[in-house]
Amino acid sequence: MMKKYKNLWIALGVLVLLTPLGMLATGTAWGEWGAEELLEMIGFMPKGMEKLSNSWTLAPLPDYSLSALSNGFSQEAAGYILSAIIGVLVTVAVIQIIGKFIPAEQEGANE
Amino acid sequence: MHIPDGYIGLETAVPFLGAMIPIWRKALQKIKTTLKRKHIPVLSIGAAFSFTIMMFNVPLPGGSSGHAVGAVLLAILLGPWAACIGVSLALIIQALIFGDGGIWAIGANCFNMAFAMPFIGYYTYKLLKGNAEHFSKRAVFAAAAAGYIGLNAAALLTAVEFGIQPLLFKAADGTPLYAPHPLWVAVPVMMFEHLLIAGPIEGAVTALAYLYIGKTNPELLGVKGQKNIGSQMKEGAAV
Repeated sequence: MMKKYKNLWIALGVLVLLTPLGMLATGTAWGEWGAEELLEMIGFMPKGMEKLSNSWTLAPLPDYSLSALSNGFSQEAAGYILSAIIGVLVTVAVIQIIGKFIPAEQEGANE
Repeated sequence: MHIPDGYIGLETAVPFLGAMIPIWRKALQKIKTTLKRKHIPVLSIGAAFSFTIMMFNVPLPGGSSGHAVGAVLLAILLGPWAACIGVSLALIIQALIFGDGGIWAIGANCFNMAFAMPFIGYYTYKLLKGNAEHFSKRAVFAAAAAGYIGLNAAALLTAVEFGIQPLLFKAADGTPLYAPHPLWVAVPVMMFEHLLIAGPIEGAVTALAYLYIGKTNPELLGVKGQKNIGSQMKEGAAV
């Protein structure tokens, strides 16, 4: 699994290490404002939004940040990279589980 | 492009979840019957790539930000159904673990970025590539254009989903219940950003990653005989 796609894993690793570049864009994506930003923008909080906006408060790493790493850019960058690593590991783990359901006899059938 | 909870009402969010369930079921079936075990590492890397590339926010005109998605690249490499699973997984993990995109909005976000985008991108790639070889100049152009069009299709869907909210759902006092900007604001703003900046970035990311795979693992698209740059250079030195 590792050897054949070594260059792809390496490229993914490099991307993960570069993710803090994505922190340099500080603006919020259009339509994804937090409550205060929206309040400032339109002067009120839509009633339906108020009810729904806190539907999920269990995200352990909100905004790709760790609360222990929130002091200055380098700590936040480390938190961002760690978030990327965690995201990548969970993603890969779930795909591996899905892959277990692919019958082994298909392996290399067309090689 | 990750719709947060509250920006679309349950009247919109739940039907999208309902639409995604048969799509996910079909996609899983397709993976089971058409992918091989050896493709699983590629799908892992692809889904992880999509997750990671979405963390690269770029500044957009008007002070907002956006990012590439990677869905079209996955579709070119593994087919649109596998891409649907890979990008859906990335989006679900982003919502659950990182609070990026709403829980209720998972259906709409997956519909936009993990269904519409890879399918539209995939068929754009096929159409523009025509009979040209994979990794040929024309195919690289097709990959870039497919990324551009796929991302803009997802952005347009997102903008429409935002824009219909204030038209359809109002509180008793007439104020919008959810996203406040109507279609004629949401669509031009989102499309301006994505046609101009985010789309070209998606196109470039798609083409560059495609070229990279052409160098390292062309066998993924059934292209044989090409060796990676390293071994070519070694051979050259030996000669």
